[in-house]
Amino acid sequence: MTHMTRKATRHISQNEGLIFEKSSPGKAAWKLPPLDVPEVDTAKLLGKHERQDLGNMPEVSEIEIIRHFTRLSTWNYAIDLGMYPLGSCTMKYNPRVNEFVSRVEGLANGHPYQPEKISQGALRIIKTLSDCLLEITGMDAITLQPAAGAHGELTGLLLVRAYQQSKGNPRKKILIPDSAHGTNPATATTAGYAVENLKSNDRGMVDVAALAAQMNEEVAALMLTNPNTLGVFERDIHEIAELLHAKGGLLYMDGANMNALVAKARPGDFGVDVLHLNLHKTFSTPHGGGGPGSGPVAVKKILEPFLPKPVVIAKADGTLAFEYNRPQSVGRVRAFYGNFGMFIRALAYIFANGPDGLRQTTEDAVLNANYIRKGLEGVYDLPYSTPSMHEVVFSDKLQAKKGVKTLDLSKRLIDYGFHPFTMAFPLIVHGALMIEPTESEPKEELDLFIEAMKSIAAEVEEDPQFVLDAPHNTRISRLDETAAARKPVLRWKP
Amino acid sequence: MLKAIGVRSVNDLFSPIPAEYRLSRDLAVPRQMAESEIVDWFKQRAKENGDGYASFLGAGAYSHYRPVIIDALVQRGEFLTAYTPYQPEVAQGTLQAIFEFQTMISELTGMEVANASMYDGSTAATEAVMMAVRVTGKSEVVVARSVHPEYREVLATYATHQGIPLRTVSFTDTGRLDLKELEKAITGDTACILIQSPNFFGTIEDVEAIAEIAHQHGALLVVSIAETASLGIVGPPRAADIVAMEAQSFGVPLGFGGPYCGVIATKEKFVRQMPGRLAGQTVDKKGKRGFVLTLATREQHIRREKATSNICTNQALVALMVNIFMTVYGKVGLRELARQNLAKTAYAADQFSKHAKVRFAGGPRFNEFVVETSEDPYAINARLLGQKIIGGLPLKKFYPELGHAALWCCTELTTRSMIDTAVSLVAESEHSVRSKKDIEHEEVVR
Repeated sequence: MTHMTRKATRHISQNEGLIFEKSSPGKAAWKLPPLDVPEVDTAKLLGKHERQDLGNMPEVSEIEIIRHFTRLSTWNYAIDLGMYPLGSCTMKYNPRVNEFVSRVEGLANGHPYQPEKISQGALRIIKTLSDCLLEITGMDAITLQPAAGAHGELTGLLLVRAYQQSKGNPRKKILIPDSAHGTNPATATTAGYAVENLKSNDRGMVDVAALAAQMNEEVAALMLTNPNTLGVFERDIHEIAELLHAKGGLLYMDGANMNALVAKARPGDFGVDVLHLNLHKTFSTPHGGGGPGSGPVAVKKILEPFLPKPVVIAKADGTLAFEYNRPQSVGRVRAFYGNFGMFIRALAYIFANGPDGLRQTTEDAVLNANYIRKGLEGVYDLPYSTPSMHEVVFSDKLQAKKGVKTLDLSKRLIDYGFHPFTMAFPLIVHGALMIEPTESEPKEELDLFIEAMKSIAAEVEEDPQFVLDAPHNTRISRLDETAAARKPVLRWKP
Repeated sequence: MLKAIGVRSVNDLFSPIPAEYRLSRDLAVPRQMAESEIVDWFKQRAKENGDGYASFLGAGAYSHYRPVIIDALVQRGEFLTAYTPYQPEVAQGTLQAIFEFQTMISELTGMEVANASMYDGSTAATEAVMMAVRVTGKSEVVVARSVHPEYREVLATYATHQGIPLRTVSFTDTGRLDLKELEKAITGDTACILIQSPNFFGTIEDVEAIAEIAHQHGALLVVSIAETASLGIVGPPRAADIVAMEAQSFGVPLGFGGPYCGVIATKEKFVRQMPGRLAGQTVDKKGKRGFVLTLATREQHIRREKATSNICTNQALVALMVNIFMTVYGKVGLRELARQNLAKTAYAADQFSKHAKVRFAGGPRFNEFVVETSEDPYAINARLLGQKIIGGLPLKKFYPELGHAALWCCTELTTRSMIDTAVSLVAESEHSVRSKKDIEHEEVVR
């Protein structure tokens, strides 16, 4: 049976082997200019350190390289092809002007150690973005050095640690709700803390009574995502902050879901002491197949002395400079100043929106999520009826009766021309379907998505095996991941 | 849509946020701009940013030519706007590219496996050290002072909070690691030695000799490579246990320090302690070759607090740039590219040595060298800047013991005329300092 989809259809895609399988001696895609200095005797200069052979490195022509990567690219799903409803990943449109300005000569080829006198443009970009992000978050100080969200989390917890240490004791534990993303507990361990789980209540929020019982002088901080991974705003946020603060703990906010708050509410106003942002989520820098990201960390005044060095300061003459003399700093978390190219893109996004655009972006993101929720309520189980912000989490409870799990549903969704939703978490929902449309999607795309999800639910009723065997229309069918892990083949060999 | 949802206004959807925290004013950020204004604004910033200068800066960020097909390909929306390839059926492009990347990095470093990327060279080196701590179950770390100073700072940040003591070993007058001092610093509790080769001064370390010392004491050797272009002509550190790289040299723009591309490569037997994503080959239900992210039980999304690292997002698109660069130059081109770097550097070092002191002359080097001048290099650089040349990096900030020294770097993009201009300015400086000294000397004699 085939419920034809309105969004996707089959098309010819080219087969393509590994680049090494195309290689043959004498083919080349490079050309160097003639040397304008004397040739050197490499054997004399390097002696036993001279490399004799580059092994299996490829030798191919330029057209082969272009075709190779172009063919590979056609095997990918991408935002540019359609909606990417990954919950908590905020797969929004990546404006092309961002790419253009990040490649302007002078910005793209600036050396990190060039004199400050001729780095004023880069410093101005860092300063302007910092100021915008501080205004958006309602915080007092910021570092842009962390290279991604998890790196920001680590930086944030190191700040917490340094702060607690300055009060006499770094403390032992970080409290983390059971709904949290996996990086939160992994980060706490990396920062040298023990992780203590915090149970959610029946509305999917932090159980304030449980927190009160678990909070003591051993707890350095609570790591909270708000809205949380269910897309639910933690209503008791202020009480939570007060409970922590009363016993000397800090409130860390994972800003993964800031797309629900920008221009509508500011973490700094509701008791957050430290948070990280993901420029590759909220601020539209591209995911690029897994990175690069950028994870700025914004803090309240009490944490400012501990920020990684250097920080950007304005000098009396109005010029900008890096300040290294920060005796209480936790140190560096990355060489140079962070993923500067992402700063350019994020700032271009803020410029393109302005105050009105940023507000509308957030409103549209929440509107879109609620539209999907309404459209699929009853078709899929909604484990928590608490109002949704920018994302909605369903479960596979109804379909599981027919033996079809969230993974199977997601694989069938691929046939309909969409990328799957998030399934790996939150752990508090068994068989989660976490859906975040973002503001980028027009109503027409949302309707197609709802239609596809309804159609899949109907297929589960009529012919569950068909869904279990999905995807049917992709280049390859489901891959044997167990075999891949049991006998890892991690590189090509001749 | 509001009607379908059953609310009157979009603001009703924000009612879960307590009223006192809802923002009732406009954000104080710049007003909305047109695309043309955005482009203008950034072009203005670029003008304030040293555009049009010739540069002798290296020190972990290298200026190499970037073939234009790199940007043509990485800007394809299917690469640019794709997510992490957790759904292999719709991400084979990214996954196969990572698999090829892992293969080429393994090939170039002389290691057996490589991961899909780390944030950058500094975090890769740090994570490699943490990995060595896990593999050996020991907790002390010995670090060469000739490792990039900012890499060492990052390591110190991580190590402090994990209670890992760091011991630093200095360099000799050849610029290489002081092996005698190393013998004294290493103990039975040492998890690993971290060195960089070519090191921060451009000097190539004797990796085998250092590996032997490490292994005698049951420690691992971690080799950081900040200048990957060296791998075209410098023997790979096969004796190392873990190689941590910064692959920026391979087609990644300088970009004022990022995004760059860290990578970790190692021996197969250590792969389960490795941080970061890995692509592996497998087959689909019909037996067709395909690729998946694998060994995920090392990672945070499965193992949470027991993961090998907290890394999630990596540098995938930058790794793709590196991948395309390696494919373009390939087996022959990478060697020729490295040869040109070597030749330019040999010429420059030779010219400088006629007028000033080139330090660490005894050890083999790749594309960087240290020049010691009588005058403060900041003063010399100020004059060079007037000629639109950015001179070598003054080392006083990182190595006060080296006095008036600066780290100069040449690549295939450095022209002979650039070198000659810089050398003549340094020569002028030396000459004037010398004649000033002569005058002072005469005055004293009188």
